[in-house]
Amino acid sequence: MDLTVTLKGQRRDLTLKNPVLTASGTFGSGLEFAPYGDLAALGGIVVKGLSLRPRQGNAQPRIVETTAGMLNAVGLQNDGVESFLAFKLPHLPWRETAIIANLYATSPEEFRELAARLNSEPGVAALEVNVSCPNVAAGGALFGQDPKLAAAVTRAVREGAPDKHVMVKLSPNVTDIALMARSVEDAGADSISCINTLLGMAVDLPRRRPALANIVGGLSGPAIKPVALRCVWQAARAVSIPVVGLGGIVSADDALEFLLVGAQAVQVGTANFLRPDAAFAIVEDLPAACERAGAASPRELVGALVTDRDGPA
Amino acid sequence: MVARMPAGEKPRPALLLTGAALPEYSNAMSTPSSSLLTVLDLVPFGQTGPGHRFFALRLSRPDWPDWERWRPGQFVMVRPVSFGLEIPWARPFGICHMTTRHLICFFQVHGRGTQRMARLTAGDQVRVWGPLGNGFAMEEDTPTLLLAGGMGIVPFVGYVNRHPQPWNLGMLFGHREPLGCYPVDSINERVPVDTLREPESGDLDDFIFSLQERIRDNAEQNGLVLACGPRPFLLTVQKLAARYGARAQLSLENRMACGVGACLGCVARTTEAWPVAATRGAPVQVCTQGPVFWANQIEL
Repeated sequence: MDLTVTLKGQRRDLTLKNPVLTASGTFGSGLEFAPYGDLAALGGIVVKGLSLRPRQGNAQPRIVETTAGMLNAVGLQNDGVESFLAFKLPHLPWRETAIIANLYATSPEEFRELAARLNSEPGVAALEVNVSCPNVAAGGALFGQDPKLAAAVTRAVREGAPDKHVMVKLSPNVTDIALMARSVEDAGADSISCINTLLGMAVDLPRRRPALANIVGGLSGPAIKPVALRCVWQAARAVSIPVVGLGGIVSADDALEFLLVGAQAVQVGTANFLRPDAAFAIVEDLPAACERAGAASPRELVGALVTDRDGPA
Repeated sequence: MVARMPAGEKPRPALLLTGAALPEYSNAMSTPSSSLLTVLDLVPFGQTGPGHRFFALRLSRPDWPDWERWRPGQFVMVRPVSFGLEIPWARPFGICHMTTRHLICFFQVHGRGTQRMARLTAGDQVRVWGPLGNGFAMEEDTPTLLLAGGMGIVPFVGYVNRHPQPWNLGMLFGHREPLGCYPVDSINERVPVDTLREPESGDLDDFIFSLQERIRDNAEQNGLVLACGPRPFLLTVQKLAARYGARAQLSLENRMACGVGACLGCVARTTEAWPVAATRGAPVQVCTQGPVFWANQIEL
């Protein structure tokens, strides 16, 4: 079965050998999972968020299990982009599969610098922009919750890395995700990925304390899949650039549901914690799942949702 | 009072150390793998009946390549298929013992995951990945003091059974629940175990005094101290090891989602003595850089 997908961008295309990527923050650099499957068999690896300089992240506890999901407030701990390029990327199968760098910064200027650093790296196939981060200059407002700020970040990355496919990862913590999608499309994004985590909270009753040191954190896992499907559906109808869907995918059938609502590819996140070979298993099951769904290829299912009405915009 | 257990008590059936002899212990590590294992049995320890909380979980031996190279102090991630999507994370368990016949984990019911695990029965399927982490140092000729607090005794079952010269080992075991709740018999078969039950003493001073004496003696013999247990216990060991200059390793037990270094949920901060310059004074993953650390290299 032909599983390849080409995400046709406004400036740069991104061709994937199959539509299954791993989601940032759930798969390390990828090397952590090499004992459990063939990294080169994946459609791509979105690496843990990279910042210009190393970041130590938040205090403990940073993660907590919830019903059918988990909350995290890791705080973007990473060794910095230089460490990734020197010590991780050379060991990744970047000739065989797409290695996508996820970018974290706190100002458009910093985003531009980070993007420029990666523009000429042959091992990096694309950049994914994390707009769910605070804009330090604007008092900590989240880029991803303001269409103008999200557009500014998108333009900064676009300018910094003119030769890379630029994917912008949208937050679901907004009133109108279609508006955010159109805004980053207009700013030059080649594709959109959604959703990032939902802002949530858990309480430790006996201790009368929040379960996370950061008090609030990002909810992920099967619990958020219905929200993710809705967001992907709304975003895909709002823009003409490709959408990559994620949020609670644990099986090939889940992946195909995202294709039906309009995603051209998917990312597997928290499922990698349920079992370390989750993403590999989904790639393996994909052809059979397509056949069960009556499709000759995953591409055939993209946007093929059958509806009796248009639904709310 | 610290009490010496009578030597050579009959081991419990679930922990009979059956199976062919394992190859010589080596420092070479095995590559981790993931597979579905079958529950052989779940044996309650201590007082049985409703609400019992201590179990030995015996699983079919994994078909992992060079599984026999597992090191005591390493752990596995255990996730019953029955967790479904409701309970997403596997639970990290120190390997109690692994032989040609089985993999034994030991757990105390604590939250919803272990509550569910207490209902496992023979034939149930469990996903397990490992062996993970680094394991304890093992130096055949070095006088080695094993310090266990409560469930921290678990990895020492494998340790004393894989140690080529167990006569160099001694153990001090502090516990809250009756001794029968813990897999202590299979250790006491080979190694003299001094025990102290906290509520009986009514005072921790006795135990801390014993810890102090034993750590000081061990340091004087240029020995090795290995500790596993709750955080306050590890803090005491860390402080005493520093005071007497003992070479000590601590096994940390932090909350983990993945066990393989990706989720960054389990990190602990290193000290200035940490050997890797880039991560000195920075958070490192307990799952992949530990769970065993030299006592002077990690902040608790």
